[in-house]
Amino acid sequence: MNDPLPYVLTIVQAAALLLLAPFMVGWVRLVKARLQNRRGAGPLQPYRDIRKLFAKEAVVAANASWIFRFTPYLVFGVTVLAGAIVPILAVDLPLAPVADVIALVAIFALARFFIALAGLDVGTAFGGMGSSREMTIASLAEPAMLMAIFATSLITHSTSLSTIVAEIHKGVLLKPSFAFALIAFVLIALAENGRIPVDNPATHLELTMIHEAMILEYSGRHLAMIEWAGMMKLMLFSLLGIALFAPWGIAGTPGGGSVVLAFGVMAAKLLAIATGLPVLEMGLAKLRFFRVSEFLGVAFLLATLAILSHFILER
Amino acid sequence: MVAPNVKQVLVKQVLVEQALAEQFGGLLRVEDASREGVLILSLPADEIHEAARIVKKSGGRLAAQWATDDTPFGRELALWTAFAVPDTGPDAGPDTKIDRFILIRSDVPLRNPAFPTLTGHFAAAYRFERIISSFFGIDSIGHPDRRPWVRHEDWPDGFFPLRKNVPIDAPFVRSNGSYEWIRGDGEGVYEIPVGPVHAGIIEPGHFRFQAVGENVLNLEEKLGYVHKGIEKRFESLSWKEGSKLAGRISGDSTVAHALAWCRAVEDMAGLLVPPRGVWLRALFLERERIANHLGDIGAIANDAAFAFLLAQLSRLREDVLRLNRALFGHRLLMDLVVPGGAAADLDAKGIEAIRTEMDRLSSEFERLVVIYDENPSLQDRVVTTGIVTKKTAADLGLVGFVARASGVSSDRRVRFPFPPYDELAVNEALRQTGDVNDRVWVRIEEVRESIRLIREILSLLPGGSALPSDGLSIRPQPGRTGLGIVEGWRGEIVTWVQAGPSGEVSRVMVRDPSQVNWLGLERAVLGNIVPDFPLCNKSFNQSYSGNDM
Repeated sequence: MNDPLPYVLTIVQAAALLLLAPFMVGWVRLVKARLQNRRGAGPLQPYRDIRKLFAKEAVVAANASWIFRFTPYLVFGVTVLAGAIVPILAVDLPLAPVADVIALVAIFALARFFIALAGLDVGTAFGGMGSSREMTIASLAEPAMLMAIFATSLITHSTSLSTIVAEIHKGVLLKPSFAFALIAFVLIALAENGRIPVDNPATHLELTMIHEAMILEYSGRHLAMIEWAGMMKLMLFSLLGIALFAPWGIAGTPGGGSVVLAFGVMAAKLLAIATGLPVLEMGLAKLRFFRVSEFLGVAFLLATLAILSHFILER
Repeated sequence: MVAPNVKQVLVKQVLVEQALAEQFGGLLRVEDASREGVLILSLPADEIHEAARIVKKSGGRLAAQWATDDTPFGRELALWTAFAVPDTGPDAGPDTKIDRFILIRSDVPLRNPAFPTLTGHFAAAYRFERIISSFFGIDSIGHPDRRPWVRHEDWPDGFFPLRKNVPIDAPFVRSNGSYEWIRGDGEGVYEIPVGPVHAGIIEPGHFRFQAVGENVLNLEEKLGYVHKGIEKRFESLSWKEGSKLAGRISGDSTVAHALAWCRAVEDMAGLLVPPRGVWLRALFLERERIANHLGDIGAIANDAAFAFLLAQLSRLREDVLRLNRALFGHRLLMDLVVPGGAAADLDAKGIEAIRTEMDRLSSEFERLVVIYDENPSLQDRVVTTGIVTKKTAADLGLVGFVARASGVSSDRRVRFPFPPYDELAVNEALRQTGDVNDRVWVRIEEVRESIRLIREILSLLPGGSALPSDGLSIRPQPGRTGLGIVEGWRGEIVTWVQAGPSGEVSRVMVRDPSQVNWLGLERAVLGNIVPDFPLCNKSFNQSYSGNDM
């Protein structure tokens, strides 16, 4: 392991996530605007928003504890860390043995735990309401997420992302269990990222908010970091989906040419997701809050079916 | 053919006035019976609640209650009660859809001014009487809620701004009172205070929920943050200037409010409006209705995160507003309805432009209606959400599309047809369930009907001038009153004016539909979940400014 390239790649990967995530969100918003016959802001608008927020003063409630101040940094840091774990450009990166998919889910859970605490911390009604709703959804989304990931782990006999990607690469594809797991994963990803039909990222209605309600008290650089982390999370889930279900193009072993190719392929796939997401959202209204449990129940069921069909059909 | 039950017919044919006369004998006096559809009576204040009982029994509704300070006439205070009663006169058929108005004036002494509350018979009295108590210091004995209405905890005791001895620039001294909320208790019950300043760009209003988990136990509205003293301000304006202020009571209903004002003033002063003016006013009113309904339907869909409809319907609304500007000089048609007629006219080119616009609007609108109606995820949000039953709507005396969505006939264009609607035969849009979906559907059907009406108005538009040719002078007799009733896009507006001893503006009362319909929202959210409140609220879309005045 004296080759510096894998280490460089890890850093490049995290940096790419950091720098490209706002573009992806900007693209999603642009496509959405175009689908509504609106002109929309350009795809660079999220960068301007982040810059603007960093320049603004962070107003913190008088009764906020250290949790409130600490949470944005934790959420931001943890999300960047996750970016170093998911095989974006190449497998067998230095951090790969450290963290498998279960650890990745746990990392997201840690971020969510602190955001929910921060929502409660200030003691406003909206923060508490948002935290309560977020936890309701999390308690359903996280098991479903693990089940979907177990399905792919069973097929590839590993919970290490690198191994999963490498195995799928070898051609263990197009199995029914994969189809079930993929649909389950898409449903969970929508819920985890607060997209329509579970949450509305564009709403200003305090009473319907889930994620936004928790972070309603944040401003300035704190809000910038949470928003930025949210953008990275959307990109990470897209990348995770690509890694688990469509990993073609990810470099098998770290190497110059293949990495450049991997980067191009990855960008194309992300753009496809960022175009497909608003198309999907366009035709849907937000679910009634108590229907979210049915929505995630379906995801859990599909993930379970993926595991069952693997045992019944594929062994 | 089966003969109708004789007794039923007899009961129906007993006039409310007869019943009142039998009950009160000499106490009841007829003040003015000369106006079409409006009867003005007088009755001692102590008997008003008994009159309310009789009106309630005959299927009538409390349209408004207000007070006047009659000291300029050498009298004391007065309480006015306006009932709308279904017309059961000799010419009326069994399902008549015409209403009449009965206004009852009652003297109230300056010393210990009070009258027995009507809240036992009409829930709508709840707010009217709180307003009377706050602005005139007239106590409604037995009223269940003694809190000031727009005078929140900051307002001083004994300050009754609508009395004549309070100058318009009277200093306002804040006091430190308190405001008692209705509280829920029990395990897991918590309170969600929302507003008065909201995250979106809307008007201010405070909503306090008592909730268990996501279930709403109670909603209490505290409004009045945009109280501007409009009724007092009217008193220092001329009759002509008044129509401008009326047009600014609630900006989205500028035509309807200005029209109600003008009709009241014209009723008081006996002014005749040239036919072309009458028809142009109806054109403005229907264009205002279309623009607002289009915006509302989109906004309701957007509250369910279905932004597509908002974008499309906003575009259609914008087209209507732009044509307004091109043809009449103002996007919202502000200040175009003036006493005596209409301040803008229309040439042949303009008529053609509106016809073309209506054709395009109609076809595009119908395509969007299909999308609204056939999207299952959107339907799942709006159907059965925020139900107001027919009984609740009737009990609260709700008006406008809110009442019609619950199956209560309330369209004043049909039930109290003011010109030119007496010649237009409006089809009233009625639904039954009273959920968010029905409130959307009433709007959809009213947009269609308004498009039809506009086409008809354009083909029937009389020639001549839109304003009286010999200029306009408004010189009412001292103390003369006038009533203007208009079906705005939000519902029935009641404007009442009274001339002073020298014919000046002495007292103006405006009852915006919001003043009764906000009560309906408090009922609609019961049994719903907190995240569905914005959807219920948007489907009502009541005016804060029109409510707070």
